Amino acid sequence: MKTRHKRIALILGGLAILGLVVALVLNAFQSNLVFFFSPTQVAAGEAPKGKSFRIGGMVKEGSIKREPDGVTLRFVMTDTEKDMIVAYKGILPDLFKEGKGAVAQGKLGDDGLFIASEVLAKHDENYMPPEAAKAVGDAHERAAANKAATEATAKTLK
Amino acid sequence: MIPELGHFALIVALCVALAQGILPLAGAHWQRAQWIALARPAAMAQAVLMAVAFGCLTTAFVHNDFSVLYVAQHSNTLLPVQYRVAAVWGGHEGSLLLWVVMLVMWTLAVSLFSKQLPDAMVARVLGVLALVTAGFLLFILLTSNPFDRLLPAAEEGRDLNPLLQDPGLIFHPPMLYMGYVGFSVAYAFAVTALLSGQLDAAWARWSRPWTTAAWVFLTLGIALGSWWAYYELGWGGWWFWDPVENASFMPWLIGTALVHSLAVTEKRGSFKNWTVLLAISAFSLSLLGTFLVRSGVLTSVHAFATDPRRGIFILVFLVAVIGSSLALFAWRAPKVGLGGRFALLSRESLLLTNNVLLVVACASVLLGTLYPLLIDALGAGKLSVGPPYFDSVFAPLMIPALFLMGVAPFARWKQASVGELARTLRWAFLAAAVAGLITPFFLGEWKPLVALSLLLAAWIVLSGSLNFVERVQSTRAGQTFITAALKQPRSFFGMHTAHVGIAVFVVGVAMVNGYQAEKDVKMEVGDTVTVGGYSFRFNGVHQEKGPNYVALVGDVDLLKDGKVVRKMYPEKRTYLASSMPMTEAAIDTGFLRDVYVSLGEPIDKAQPQAAWAVRVYHKPFVDWIWGGCVLMALGGLLAISDRRYRQIKSQS
Repeated sequence: MKTRHKRIALILGGLAILGLVVALVLNAFQSNLVFFFSPTQVAAGEAPKGKSFRIGGMVKEGSIKREPDGVTLRFVMTDTEKDMIVAYKGILPDLFKEGKGAVAQGKLGDDGLFIASEVLAKHDENYMPPEAAKAVGDAHERAAANKAATEATAKTLK
Repeated sequence: MIPELGHFALIVALCVALAQGILPLAGAHWQRAQWIALARPAAMAQAVLMAVAFGCLTTAFVHNDFSVLYVAQHSNTLLPVQYRVAAVWGGHEGSLLLWVVMLVMWTLAVSLFSKQLPDAMVARVLGVLALVTAGFLLFILLTSNPFDRLLPAAEEGRDLNPLLQDPGLIFHPPMLYMGYVGFSVAYAFAVTALLSGQLDAAWARWSRPWTTAAWVFLTLGIALGSWWAYYELGWGGWWFWDPVENASFMPWLIGTALVHSLAVTEKRGSFKNWTVLLAISAFSLSLLGTFLVRSGVLTSVHAFATDPRRGIFILVFLVAVIGSSLALFAWRAPKVGLGGRFALLSRESLLLTNNVLLVVACASVLLGTLYPLLIDALGAGKLSVGPPYFDSVFAPLMIPALFLMGVAPFARWKQASVGELARTLRWAFLAAAVAGLITPFFLGEWKPLVALSLLLAAWIVLSGSLNFVERVQSTRAGQTFITAALKQPRSFFGMHTAHVGIAVFVVGVAMVNGYQAEKDVKMEVGDTVTVGGYSFRFNGVHQEKGPNYVALVGDVDLLKDGKVVRKMYPEKRTYLASSMPMTEAAIDTGFLRDVYVSLGEPIDKAQPQAAWAVRVYHKPFVDWIWGGCVLMALGGLLAISDRRYRQIKSQS
């Protein structure tokens, strides 16, 4: 009987530790998920306040401005529908360019300025970050749908 | 003509692989000696054929044959010749070819160094390896043929991605692949054990050096990749929990568990099923890594322009390999048996705990790596898992593992006593605690994580030394200490070298994370910035021409206590063929610290001679991270060279 009790206690102890580990892992996991939003979604107020998230899109032509300290930059990210002003302090990746796709991670300030803590690089001239591609693609789809809808309305009006 | 020859060699290799995969396996099952005898010559033939194919592709690169599509996409006449050779594995098709070349070389090595094994067993191992080879060859021929022609030929090649034009690329992929592919040998041994139902200490002794060899290569491959990311990507970090890094780290974690579990299987005959399962998992994770990296589902430097057929093919292959081996495991594992019993506290139980910790760590990395892909595949949005997740999960799991590393070598097999272990180890622990808790005071600031890490590192080194001394004393029998020490088996040296490597690695990580300093600043010509006790004086930039790029080279004086220590030349290159910019950091490497400077951008694009945004780092002990990895690999090599693996051969 004694060995059996010992074994049961061991199994229960093992399960308790395992449960604890799983709970810790899932908790850490939950609090570290970083979600992705397009500028349009952010403009619609879908992005969380005070929590880090990612945005993606194109860097608008001629929008990169350097602040007087020399290392803080402001630029506009767009999914062709809505624009967002992004501020980033630090050195940008080599392939960060106006008119190209980019992804930034950071928090949204109260004034609508996105403070990026990280700007993600692509590694190849021909490569587009999938998040950026999706944001622009979705915006194009919506534009096409809108156009079709307007045309349809125009037709019915006739 | 030459590319066609290579293509033809691939097709013949596939036929040989199929024959080698089917006949010896069938022969071993029905005991047909002629069929079994086919295995070794077939392995040799495959090695020759793959060498021919690889040689053909290399020739096409060296001779700038831009009528081959793959060469036109990844090379350029201006590319220096060593990078033209490395460009062979700079893209998807060629890297797969390299993978198969490695696989057939491992197969050949097994067929050459297995004279002492029963023929039927060798036939099974080689057969399983050939089936894996056949799968990959089929993949190459159907979806990723490196020999596809481009007609009419391109005038000039598109050039190798400048990020990859670096000595790191020459060595990193082959090392990593040797590791990945090496686990296929452990896998083939495991499947053989399941097929034959024979899994004993002798089996473990045969598969141990092979597994350790694969682990050594993987360790070096990951370390090289990390080092390359550190100096080439210009970010100054050494690990980013990037999915691609995770893909190589997961097989390493399981491989480490496997190396330890094989030790138990060899010495005590325990953990048999567990060992087999680990061997299957290590190889499956290597395949999963290839899938993640090569299918383009991940955003990274390794993701090449992709074709959805490729992803689907690898996925099907992955499911076939994992599914069939797990089915085989479920069917045959009861035959293999569990092996010897052991008490709650024994060396077995401590190693089991180590295994469980490593597997749980691997599972948590897997969760963080695959979850975003799963959510994306389900169309439920895009998200990513941040590095803080991995940090907060990984560290707590590794702390007990590091502690146990000091204890396990002292524990007796079968049954150990708490009192005895505590008595032996108390002074070592006390000394480690004192060293760990006090040292951070001298480093500027006391930080709990640094103290804990240094404590554990000191603990591993002190208990390891104690273990070494005790063992030498107990086998001394009148000899001097040195003579007796040199007579210890190599595998014993190997174990302690690898463990010290872990300690060195832990020190490096703790010091970098605790005390590194970084600054991004605007620097006018003549400006000075100070970080970590060093000053950097910026003397402007000048232009230089490289073989296939032009560079703006910064001129920076590194000063310590007002004196110039050395000059540093960080570069901003623009590659001619792709017009892609690249940052080349300048690093002053030292035993106790690295100082690192890299150029950002000119403040005013029109005036590149004037002010620049510059990044400077001071990284204490950062080279210990890779030094630790080298020690681990060295430990593995020592273990492989142990006399008992060679003795068996001479007996036969």
